[in-house]
Amino acid sequence: MDSKAFDPAAGAQPGDRFAGTPLRQTARDALKIVIVGGFGVGKTTMVGSVSEIRPLSTEETMTRAGIGIDDPGRVESKRTTTVAFDFGRISLDEQRVLYLFGAPGQERFWFLWDQLFSGSLGAIVLVDTRRLEECFYSVDRLEAHAMPFVVAVNRFDGPRPRLDRVRDALSLDDGIPLVECDARTRESSKSVLITLVRHLTHLREPSAVQEVAP
Amino acid sequence: MNPRPLDREDPDRLYTVTRGRSEAGDDTLDLVALIVAEDEPEPGMQSEHAAILRLCRGNPVAVVELSARLRLPVSVMKILLLDLRDMGRITVRHPSSAAAPTAYAADLETLKQVLVGLESI
Ligand SMILES: Nc1nc2c(ncn2[C@@H]2O[C@H](COP(=O)(O)OP(=O)(O)OP(=O)(O)O)[C@@H](O)[C@H]2O)c(=O)[nH]1
Ligand SMILES: [Mg+2]
Repeated sequence: MDSKAFDPAAGAQPGDRFAGTPLRQTARDALKIVIVGGFGVGKTTMVGSVSEIRPLSTEETMTRAGIGIDDPGRVESKRTTTVAFDFGRISLDEQRVLYLFGAPGQERFWFLWDQLFSGSLGAIVLVDTRRLEECFYSVDRLEAHAMPFVVAVNRFDGPRPRLDRVRDALSLDDGIPLVECDARTRESSKSVLITLVRHLTHLREPSAVQEVAP
Repeated sequence: MNPRPLDREDPDRLYTVTRGRSEAGDDTLDLVALIVAEDEPEPGMQSEHAAILRLCRGNPVAVVELSARLRLPVSVMKILLLDLRDMGRITVRHPSSAAAPTAYAADLETLKQVLVGLESI
């Protein structure tokens, strides 16, 4: 895991100023959307397909202090957990820029979620139906903390269960959008993002959406 | 900013250790706070400080982007940035969502702009 933290292909060298586009001078408000999912589900692919820069990778480290922290003999028992995550960005207008984070959904990385989700607009749970169980934890946590989200089933080869089956398996509320996508294409990833933002709008103003419906 | 840890169920105290220092109180920097250099690097300056100032000269750069480009963990980057801020060498453009009181980070107007922006990519 740790060895994956810095993919040499993903990060720019410190000397090389910006491999991609620098932010506008007028940029002043950065927004966040988080893409969570299990290993290899396509998080980096989705970030990369819509980002204006090549996805960048970094890491966060957390030291878990044992109960015996005050006992000098137990200092060694502190364990460090490192989590790698990546991100890209989309400049929306003169002032706003949207950051997209790809983050592993496993329980032991929860400490990162706290930082990622603070102030986030919402989340996309990316699912590989061959390993559906990997997203149970993420869905539970998001629901428990009232973080709005949509679920996107990434299309891999092989049989694809119907979406209503996936909804049942995840015990997803009818109000939570569930869509299929191909994270490798910009149009598809873009449409997942738009689904999320429409959902957020709907949550904010349910009446506005109801008016449109017949 | 939501100060309530999402991981309330976890009884263990999790904290970052960065050369003995950690963020505290209102000294928190969001991952996407935008940093602008107010100063040129000076000879004799800690090399990481100088590198940060070079990267965010002219155009703002997000905390997490500085972390990735200088290959320093986010928690270390934040401490370095707070140093620079305290020296008056950078300014910080905090995200508007940092002031949002609830899980709903954006108002409708912002969401509308996000949609417009996304549709044009
Ligand atoms: N067939 C198919 N393959 C995909 C799709 N999305 C991603 N892949 C492939 O799946 C592999 C893993 O994708 P990544 O984007 O690296 O997945 P990740 O979630 O970032 O993986 P980790 O960061 O290692 O957890 C890559 O080889 C992608 O090309 C998809 O929609 N369809
Ligand atoms: Mg990845």
